[in-house]
Amino acid sequence: MIESIAQQPILAALIALVGLGILFGALLGYAAEKFKVEGDPIVEQIDELLPQTQCGQCGFPGCKPYAESIASGDAINKCPPGGQSTINAIASLLDVPAPELDAEHGEEADLKTVAYIREDECIGCTKCIQACPVDAILGAAKLMHTVIADECTGCDLCVEPCPVDCIDMLPLEEGLKQWHWPAPLKTADLIASDRAPHSEEGRAA
Amino acid sequence: MTKTWVTPGGVHPPENKHQSLTLPIGALPIPEKLLVPLSQHIGAPANTCVKVGQKVLKGQKIADATGSVSVPMHAPTSGTISAIEDRPIAHSSGMSAPCIEITSDGKDNWIDHEGIADFEHSSPQILTKIIADAGIAGMGGAGFPSAIKLSPGHQRPIDTLIINATECEPYITADDSAIRERAAEIIEGIGILSHILGNPSNILIGIEDNKPEAIAALQPHVADSGISVVSFPTKYPSGGEKQLIFILTGKELPSGTLPAEAGMVCINIGTTYAIKRAVVNGEPLISRVTTMTGNACGINRNYETLIGTPVSHMLAHSEFNEAACSRLVMGGPMMGFSLTSADVPVVKTTNCILAPSYSEIPDDEPAQPCIRCGMCAEACPASLLPQQLFWYSQAEDHDRLEAHNLFDCIECGACSYVCPSNIPLVQHYRHSKGEILKAREEKVKSDHARERFEFHQQRMEQAEKDKEAKRAARREAAEKAKASTAAATGAGSAADIITAAQARAAAKKVSPEQQQAKFERSIAGAEMRVQMATEKLAEAAADQTDEQKNILTAALNGAKQKLEQAQTRLADHIEQHKELDSEQVK
Repeated sequence: MIESIAQQPILAALIALVGLGILFGALLGYAAEKFKVEGDPIVEQIDELLPQTQCGQCGFPGCKPYAESIASGDAINKCPPGGQSTINAIASLLDVPAPELDAEHGEEADLKTVAYIREDECIGCTKCIQACPVDAILGAAKLMHTVIADECTGCDLCVEPCPVDCIDMLPLEEGLKQWHWPAPLKTADLIASDRAPHSEEGRAA
Repeated sequence: MTKTWVTPGGVHPPENKHQSLTLPIGALPIPEKLLVPLSQHIGAPANTCVKVGQKVLKGQKIADATGSVSVPMHAPTSGTISAIEDRPIAHSSGMSAPCIEITSDGKDNWIDHEGIADFEHSSPQILTKIIADAGIAGMGGAGFPSAIKLSPGHQRPIDTLIINATECEPYITADDSAIRERAAEIIEGIGILSHILGNPSNILIGIEDNKPEAIAALQPHVADSGISVVSFPTKYPSGGEKQLIFILTGKELPSGTLPAEAGMVCINIGTTYAIKRAVVNGEPLISRVTTMTGNACGINRNYETLIGTPVSHMLAHSEFNEAACSRLVMGGPMMGFSLTSADVPVVKTTNCILAPSYSEIPDDEPAQPCIRCGMCAEACPASLLPQQLFWYSQAEDHDRLEAHNLFDCIECGACSYVCPSNIPLVQHYRHSKGEILKAREEKVKSDHARERFEFHQQRMEQAEKDKEAKRAARREAAEKAKASTAAATGAGSAADIITAAQARAAAKKVSPEQQQAKFERSIAGAEMRVQMATEKLAEAAADQTDEQKNILTAALNGAKQKLEQAQTRLADHIEQHKELDSEQVK
């Protein structure tokens, strides 16, 4: 048997190659099982980039579901709290062009806000507590509630359910700690040919 | 002469130091009101420990340190606390911060204080505590609490103590004049530092060669003390901590490390004087030497200035010409920042107030496009690539900025100084640094929010599950209870009960034929009763009274009625049954 194979080099090569193929195939198959990645890593990566306000403005009940949806091909411009910088970051992660923010889902806010409960008016209905996605509201039935400002993501979700309208979204105060140098003013292009040909006059000139 | 090393880059701006060195250190009259900001240092702001209206003495503590990285504040003069509120402070933002305002009583009465004459017999711990309690923070510019630098617990023993007397920035002469006049006390301060640090083998005073008088003043005091005064060629910015360490020792500190990790401590020379006053004289840090200079001022000189003195008070005593002044700068022309108001107070890190004329520091010219000349890269003392940083800063490419070591930039301004296109490079870098730090902070916050959200989700799911489990348990319990009662009454299972009930119901229902038979039986009964009643009436007709007859007639009538009812019921039943039958047929 072995002799007859050895006498036929083509058959020998065939057997050797097929044997190697089966061996490596088995090895790869084993490795794929053994080192299997649980979950979709791209979802995690997108979720990392989302601002985690859990506001639901994208139409999904939280940032993670939206990340999952993006991973399966949804538009990346539905997150107003993240704004353009988040869109850019996701675009560069997924290697797709970065679109502008979809106005349908809201506008990018200039200032971060936190919820504030006017405590005198609170009737203690606990509706806002149930609405808060990050458990940032403290209180009990028929007792005054209050927002833990440090934990509040400014998602707005508590404002709607309040039956007495005692929740305000207040802009976060910018103190010395938050302040940092502003960007220098963009200077006008001094050289005429550098200017973008926006207007007819510009082109004529 | 000790060997020195040469740092890369650097620039040689006009020094302009002579103007403020013509007069000795002067003293200003005590201002009517002093404003002591609670945050003059790196770290947590101090915590007020006085009340409005309280009388305080000079040197009395008015604010406690909060936490480990913080320093206390002391009253710069005696008087009354007139306000504790937010006031504009010396900060590039021009924002307000909590301050304590003291209305001076003009007496300048010291609180009881006492120093330690022979510090050599005190333990480093005690001396470090004195320095911390005196509110001493680095007076070179950053304002890092000095006691922390000196605290034990370093990873390795300190073998080199470097005293920074470089004062490389133009115009500033605060350290220079202090050395000239107070060399003995400064050397004593260095002695205290050396004692605290366990007598390091190398004690170097780094000083630029443009201060020959100061070097000469130091020499006689260091003769046999083991301290060496090292002078090196003047170049901006030699006074940066990492730059000075390289110049004096040839060691380059890796990015992101502190000098202590390399066995070194670097302290500003003005701070050593403050340490001497604190330890030997028992005086907290309530005043410092500040240079008042610039062509818009008639008098250019150094003042021993109380912390909290409004800049306007200094200007008022320096023949300040507001119309000639292009801007007010706190610090030097390279690293200082413009003041938005002259009411801000001098703080522990204020080494210079610069009031330049328009010809000295003209307004910024408009920035022009980068021409890629590369002069900024040549000037950079940290060997960074300012051009690349500039592009990435404009593109807000934070990853690349960090990859190009933006955070090693010491913001010395050498690149902006040499830029032929007048690009405010340092401001770009400062902005980007701020943005990156903000993004990092937001990342931490968003990670935290994610954690909380996930926990919230988990909690809701758990609650739902618990509810479901409870419901199931209740159902099971009810069934069990039912089964047990059924077992007690002897019947079988619940199913048996139901079949039994159904059987009972079926038994109750009678077929139409049976119903008809029943009606017929009742008719027959009624007929019998009518017959009997008629017979009785006939029997009684002969011998009974009328009364009895009446009763019998009534009974007969009743029996007749019943018979009729039974007959109509039967007729109805037959009719109904017929209808039902016909419907069924249909």
